[in-house]
Amino acid sequence: MKLSGGDLLMRALKDEGVKFIFGYPGGAALHIYDSIFKQKACEHILVRHEQGATHAADGYSRATGKPGVALVTSGPGATNAITGLATAYMDSIPLIVISGQVQSHLIGTDSFQETDMIGISRPIVKHSFIVQNAKDIPQIVQEAFHIATTGRPGPVVIDIPKDKTDPAQLFEYKRAKEISLRSYQPRVFPHPGQIKKASKKILSAERPVIYAGGGVILGNAHKELISLNKILKAPVTNTLMGLGAYPAKDKYFMGMLGMHGTYQANMAMHNADIIIAIGARFDDRITNTPSMFAPNAKIVHIDIDPASISKIINADIPIVGQVKESLIALIKEIKRSKIKIDSDALDNWNMQISQWREKHGLDHDLYLSKIKSSMIAPQVVVQELYHATNGNAFVTSDVGQHQMFVAQYYHFNKPRRWINSGGLGTMGFGLPAAMGVKLAFPKDEVVCVTGEGSIQMCIQELSTCLQYNLPIKIININNEALGMVRQWQDMNYGGRHSASTYADSLPDFVKLAQSYGHVGMKVTKQSQLKKTLEKAFAMEDRLVFIDVYVDPNEHVYPMLVAPNGSMKDMWIKKNTKA
Amino acid sequence: MKRIISILIENKPGALARVVGLFHQRGYNIETLNVGPVFDGTYSRMTVTTRGSENDVEQITKQINKIIDVIKVSDLTEGDHHEYEFIMIKFKHSEKIQKIVKSLNGKIHEKNKDVIVMSAWGSSSDIEVAIKSIGKVNLLEIARSGSIGLHEGERILKI
Repeated sequence: MKLSGGDLLMRALKDEGVKFIFGYPGGAALHIYDSIFKQKACEHILVRHEQGATHAADGYSRATGKPGVALVTSGPGATNAITGLATAYMDSIPLIVISGQVQSHLIGTDSFQETDMIGISRPIVKHSFIVQNAKDIPQIVQEAFHIATTGRPGPVVIDIPKDKTDPAQLFEYKRAKEISLRSYQPRVFPHPGQIKKASKKILSAERPVIYAGGGVILGNAHKELISLNKILKAPVTNTLMGLGAYPAKDKYFMGMLGMHGTYQANMAMHNADIIIAIGARFDDRITNTPSMFAPNAKIVHIDIDPASISKIINADIPIVGQVKESLIALIKEIKRSKIKIDSDALDNWNMQISQWREKHGLDHDLYLSKIKSSMIAPQVVVQELYHATNGNAFVTSDVGQHQMFVAQYYHFNKPRRWINSGGLGTMGFGLPAAMGVKLAFPKDEVVCVTGEGSIQMCIQELSTCLQYNLPIKIININNEALGMVRQWQDMNYGGRHSASTYADSLPDFVKLAQSYGHVGMKVTKQSQLKKTLEKAFAMEDRLVFIDVYVDPNEHVYPMLVAPNGSMKDMWIKKNTKA
Repeated sequence: MKRIISILIENKPGALARVVGLFHQRGYNIETLNVGPVFDGTYSRMTVTTRGSENDVEQITKQINKIIDVIKVSDLTEGDHHEYEFIMIKFKHSEKIQKIVKSLNGKIHEKNKDVIVMSAWGSSSDIEVAIKSIGKVNLLEIARSGSIGLHEGERILKI
């Protein structure tokens, strides 16, 4: 049977196993929408803004490990997808964005809803395609999924001019058994010589640290990471993107590192003699001043992307390969090695870390100390959420103080449970991402922890949640200000709160949620918090928006001292350096 | 330090823009750029000259390598290599200019009462020196190919 370009596209998506397409129709995409109407394999989720479509597809991907798919029309539809593409690009998320384009003969004529999607998206995609012949659509889709999901994953754009999906033009559907691109062969297996060198170095360490990032999660290598540390017994820290890659409950886990990392994790990095970086990229939010970074450490760096190695911090032993394959090889080599770990040195090192934790570790008793105060501490909200969900929820977040509080106080024991925009820091990500997660895992608890600033950037998706019956729980940590901006203004700008407050003009979030057909709850007192959360989570089939008013003066600590600080230089509370 | 980077890339629409765009995105400058189809015409070979430290060039080549359409990248300046540039020049009758261009393997393509058009080739440093000594008087225009180059010996950019 011969198919139109639109039908070819849908057939190709079906063959890639796509279950959901998050999208928004428009002129240039209408042939495709007609093809969507005629099939059943992929469910289309109509969002309320294309940014929501990209974040929802992204959230779906982060939670499932499968690529997410978004479909937008040309022009404004395409430009609205840009923030979502950049978000996925920074965090290496396999996202496929299909954009309608004006008809081929109109390209370049400034026609209605025309924009150069390939040009605009070029710096923020792993690759992009423009369809020149409709018959190529199946192959392009196959290549797009292959590129998006292999090597270092990333977003791929497929731009389809309207005439290439013309229902009157029919073609044979052909799907290749295997995809092989002569210009793209990502490395899978690590170099055995490097593994040998790394094993030798690691086993001779006295103060090792495992610094594991989002690559462990993307590469599905969390089990191998745990196995490695069963042998090494080294302290482990995860990046913001890596939380859940190593179980937070494990005694060797030090918490997150970096800008708002724990005291013990940052101190351990600074004082380490060997840093084993796994699927992490020495982001500027980790290293603080690169020239002052971990002065005595040798660096073993495992990454799929050679460009991430020695980009910021020089690696002494670079290992290019898939994280999973590299860890398997490393474990094998370590088991085979005759070098004995210096367990006395390691015991001392782990003891030192415990002492650091005792001294300035995260204040987990905050709940007790604040219970008498009338104001709710935002950290306590996260702690209560952790208890209310038994630590098992998928938690999405937006960007700012609330995001850091979740990273610090919600203990993720499994990968793919913590869904946040770490690299780009995209406000508005949390709610649509939660929709993608909830569609993938309808029986699991999905919570969006947000702030009154972030949530208003994609609040329109509350309507999508009603249409598709997505009973997400939204915890709005409401401090009536752009909290992180204000924190910086408190610390660096003499407390001048320039354009960071809007207390008089905030909406009534309870009524807002209700007007979208959901349940709204408001919490202003510590004493109501626990009960309200219990009540909300008991409403299994309803989206509940819980607006929690918190102490507006709370800051996120620890915080690295910058500029000109190393990882050991931290603010541990207001006006106090460690 | 000046670097000459050779890139073997798919001859596809937009492929060139990905490489050129990358230099800008990553904060590096392109001094010269040359591109043309090679082998069976489905490949292009680009030669880009840029300036940067050892680390800069390592980062540039790694990032270029990540472009899906790129097949091979090599920094010619890292070893012995041949490097030449071709220019075309148009000027008003001038014995001085004609002599300078002639000395660079120059060839006359057009000569009439108003203008002379010549071509020449040489190492880019020779070309630079020549352009400086030509000066502005009587010069009408110059078109430069940008550097092109090959590794010395048996080393090649293989498919």
